[in-house]
This record gives sequence, structure tokens and C-alpha cells, in this order.
Amino acid sequence: MARKRTTTRIVVSTVSAWVVGFIFFFPILWMILTSFKTELDAFSIPPKFLFFHWTTENYATVQERSNYVHHALNSVILAGGSTLIALLIAVPAAYAMAFSPTKRTRGTLMWMLSTKMMPPVGVLVPIYLLFRDFNLLDSRIGLIAVLCLGNLPIVIWMLFTYFKEIPKDILEAARMDGATIGKEMVYILMPMAVPGIASTLLLNVILAWNEAFWTLNLTTSTAAPLTVFIASYSSPEGLFWAKLSAASTLAIAPILIIGWFSQKQLVRGLTFGAVK
Amino acid sequence: MGSIQLQDVRKSFGNIDVIPGASLKIEDGEFVVFVGPSGCGKSTLLRLIAGLEDVTGGHILIDGVDVVDTPPAKRGLSMVFQSYALYPHMSVRGNIAFGLKMARMPKAEIDRKVNEAAGVLNLTSYLERKPRELSGGQRQRVAIGRAIVREPKAFLFDEPLSNLDAALRVNMRLEIARLQKELGTTAVYVTHDQVEAMTMADRIVVLHAGRIEQFGSPLELYERPANLFVAGFIGSPRMNFVEGPDAERLGARTIGVRPEHITVSRSGDGWKGMVSVAEHLGSDTFLYVEVPGIGTLTVRTPGELGLREGDTAVLTPDPARIHRFDANGQAIAS
Ligand SMILES: Nc1ncnc2c1ncn2[C@@H]1O[C@H](COP(=O)(O)OP(=O)(O)OP(=O)(O)O)[C@@H](O)[C@H]1O
Ligand SMILES: [Mg+2]
Repeated sequence: MARKRTTTRIVVSTVSAWVVGFIFFFPILWMILTSFKTELDAFSIPPKFLFFHWTTENYATVQERSNYVHHALNSVILAGGSTLIALLIAVPAAYAMAFSPTKRTRGTLMWMLSTKMMPPVGVLVPIYLLFRDFNLLDSRIGLIAVLCLGNLPIVIWMLFTYFKEIPKDILEAARMDGATIGKEMVYILMPMAVPGIASTLLLNVILAWNEAFWTLNLTTSTAAPLTVFIASYSSPEGLFWAKLSAASTLAIAPILIIGWFSQKQLVRGLTFGAVK
Repeated sequence: MGSIQLQDVRKSFGNIDVIPGASLKIEDGEFVVFVGPSGCGKSTLLRLIAGLEDVTGGHILIDGVDVVDTPPAKRGLSMVFQSYALYPHMSVRGNIAFGLKMARMPKAEIDRKVNEAAGVLNLTSYLERKPRELSGGQRQRVAIGRAIVREPKAFLFDEPLSNLDAALRVNMRLEIARLQKELGTTAVYVTHDQVEAMTMADRIVVLHAGRIEQFGSPLELYERPANLFVAGFIGSPRMNFVEGPDAERLGARTIGVRPEHITVSRSGDGWKGMVSVAEHLGSDTFLYVEVPGIGTLTVRTPGELGLREGDTAVLTPDPARIHRFDANGQAIAS
């Protein structure tokens, strides 16, 4: 009896997990399907699900009209660069807050997070002017700095939570063993926090990859990443659903692949400490 | 070499004075135990010596050099933690070698030293394992191995045995004491277990609310406790304290007699009372005797005595072994 109930339970939860998963995935699936339709099929009503004329001409057009590789490379540089720099700043910051907290640590953390609650458009004008005056418009350096600073609060918060789980004793043991603070971080703290650091990295890469507000407003071509590439397909000449979908599919493909291969790491990192 | 001297060391957390002022001198090669009830500041004092906490005031001298501004990594001390604090991502070999690597010792020499330490501690066949694959006792030995390979000026131990079961604890106690004597390295050992303190120490520091109540050899503390606190803390079962006319007759506010310094008989002169509990341990018998006007006195007698619960017993303290204390709880020299 008990056994049967658990089987039912497993079936039910599996089915619901798939249903929920499918609901989440459906827009992406629809986009991928649309990218293989003709423009006509793309907005036919009723919508065509699988039985339409499959074509790859959209991809060909997209390749012709714009330089995918250039934008993809920019996305990689912006996401990777901003994440690495954020990590370099966040590890010492989170270390200090996790292991030598003061009265104001909590407040500092909250304040950092609160900056994420401000709509970015609120600082668009000053940032734009700064960029203009420092000749940073449409430059990778400038954008890396903005993306890095924008995500820094989240990176510090995440690392802080992971570091808090590490027993202080172990770091003190390293200190007694003659390790300087730098070596303590490199040889003890970071290896112990690998799952946490990995998921922080991943999440930050994804956030930076998808960031559209600043990239659209501060770049035009040289430093423009994939977000700008997609946006160029929603043009005033009319909507080209199929081409837009093809461009979008190309834009999310790299991150989808990274996500697929690192999903275990990602889930483990995100639920770290929640389940023991 | 490794003498450690504390000069009026003070420590407060916020506005709580945890160590109001401690001075003592630990000689090179000595095994000193800090003992005291929970929360009295033993770990704090040890961590101050280690450099893991900053002093609020005073000086700490290692081999005559003031180290209060020296970071822990540069003090040349090793520490064994209660939780062992092994590096979980490193093998046993990596754990033991870490300190040597930090000191940039050549690889061949590191290997030689690690193997030697592993041999001494019976860890040779576990060198490639991760800490989580070891038993508690083995982890403890790794922690000790990590401390000894560095050939420090002194070992600091913070209740290293409290996570082990009773039998293993006795073994490790002997092993640590033997190792320390062989190496001749100064050791400071924190415990709240007075048996550990009495058996391992050359000298014991009794701490109470952050103050050093007495610093002396185990026998000194047993035979000449400086005050009521030390008298009550050292010795098991606890010393009996008697106030009132019996004490005043001897010119004291309180007198203390250890349970083993009381003779029991069925009749005669002395404190007359009724046995309320008798514990028979085989080798010894502990009697708890209700004496009217005084309270419960504990008596320890060798072997078996015919006394049962409810019997009347007469207790006679050994006059040479009575400790006298004044109104401030300080011992009165006899
Ligand atoms: N980081 C800290 N912040 C504030 N108070 C502290 C801190 N560390 C220790 N204390 C306080 O200092 C006092 C002494 O602590 P300590 O850990 O030295 O005691 P202990 O003698 O080692 O006790 P135990 O036998 O329980 O380990 C305690 O009252 C404790 O609450
Ligand atoms: Mg302690």
C-alpha cells in the first residue's frame, strides 16, 4: 500500500515537473520553431505548430544583414570581462564581510542591494554624459565597467552567503599555518567555495549576457553585443517575426548551451545551504 | 626555544571585559594547561597568544619579543582546534604539508617531514585520504601532525579531545603528553576537564571570569589552593566547605576538607550525620552524609565499608589537611 502511494507520488511529481518545465520552455520553443518558418507562416492565424514549410532562409538573411560573430564576440567579452572583474572585487569584499563582520556589515549589504532597486533609467542621463565626456560611448571598457558595477551587489551577496557557510576555524588554521590573507583566500577559501563561486559566475554571466538597457543605450556598433543585434530586427520597416526569431535563437544559443552543461553546478549552487 | 610571557594582557569584546588583566610566564618546554569553567575566557586567552584575536591592552612576549602587532602567521606557533579544522579539500598529506608549503620549504624536505610525522602518528596508510574519510581519532592525529611538522615555538591546543569518546580520549591524552615531552616544545593546552589538567600539566593556570586565580603545579593546586574557587574547582569529588563555629574555632571564615581526607567511623568524636547516598565504585566508596547544622559532606573511603544508606556515620577530618579561608575567600597560610 505504502509502496503504491510512493509510486503514484513519483508519477504525479514527474508529470507536473514536466508540465511546468514545458510551460517555461514553450516561448523558447516557439521562438525556435518560428525561426524556421517563412515570414508568412510566422504570423498566420491559427498558428502553425509543427506542420509548416521548414526553411533556413531566415538564418541566411540574418547572416547576410549583420555580423553575428562580431556581436557574439562582444557579448562574450562583456559578460566574461564584467564577471571576472566583479569576482576580483567581490571575493575580498565578501571575505571581509563574512569573516570580520562589524556592526555595519548588515547595513552595508542591504544598502548595496538597495541600489539594485533603483530603475537604471534614473541614472541614464548622468552616466550617458559621463560616457560622452570620457569618450567611452560604444567602447567595451566602458560597458564592462557599467555591467560589472551593476551586478557587483548580487555577486557580493551570493559570495557572502556561500562564505558564511565555511567554518572560520579552517581559515584560522591556515593563518596559524603561516598563510597570508591572500594565500588563505587562494588555497583555502576559494577551493572550499568552488560550487558557490561557480554558480555565482554562471548567474552573473547570464545576467550580463541578457543585459539590454545599458548595452542598447551606450553602444551602437563597435562594442554592441547580441542584444543590439536582436534589437536591430525590430525595425520600423515592419515586423519580421521569423527573422527576429532567428536572430534571437542565435543570440541565446551560446548561453543555452553553457546552461545545459552546467545545470547541475547551477542548481547545486543556487540551493547551497538550503538543503543539507 | 619558546617561552611565552603575558604582561597585563587585557581583552574586551565591545564593553564586556572578558580578560580584565592577565600576567604569567610560561617557560620554554613547559606544558601549561588553562583550566576553568565554561565561558571563563580560556579560549580567548589562547587565541590572544595565537594572534587570532587582538589584545585590548598589555603585551605578549614570545622568546622575549613583543608580538602583539605580529600577525598569527608570523608568530611561529601551531594550533590544534577543537573542531580539528582540517582542510576538507586536501588529502591528509596536503593538510600536514600545507604549513611547510607556506614556508616555501623544498619539496623533498616537505615529503620527508610529512612521512616522518605520519610515521610518528600512525597515519602512513591514510596519507592519500581526504579528512571526511577518517574517523574522529584519525582526524585528531592529522591535526596534531599538522601542528608538529612545522616545528613551532609552541603548541596551542584548544580542547582538542572533547569530541572523542572516553577511551580514545585517555589514549590521546597520553600520546599528546608523550609527544610533547619527546619534542621538548612548549605547549599551552586549554581544557575544562580537570583530570586532563592534572595528568598532563607541568603547571596549571586556573581561570575564573577571565582572572588567573592560581598558577602552579598540579600538586601545589591540590595541596595549597590559593582561594575558595581553586579549592572547589580542583579535585574530584569536590572539596567540602564548612562555615560557622567549626571554622571560627580554627580562625577562619570557611574551612575546606577534601573527601579523601576524612575518616569515617561508626562512633566517636567528630561530625555526626546520616548517610543519605552511598556510591560503591569497588575501589572506593563515596558517601554523602547529612550533618545537621553543616549540610551534606562528601567522603571518599578506600575499599568497602559496611555503611548503608540511613546508617549513622561519624566523620573526622585529618587536622593537617584542613584548608582555611578568610572572609574574602583567600587561603590563610598555616
Ligand atoms: N567574538 C566574541 N564576541 C563577543 N564575546 C565573545 C567573543 N568570543 C568570546 N566571547 C565571550 O567571552 C567569554 C569567554 O569566552 P571563551 O570562548 O574564551 O570561553 P571558554 O573559557 O573557552 O569557554 P568554553 O569552555 O565554553 O570553551 C564568554 O563570555 C564569551 O561569551
Ligand atoms: Mg573554549
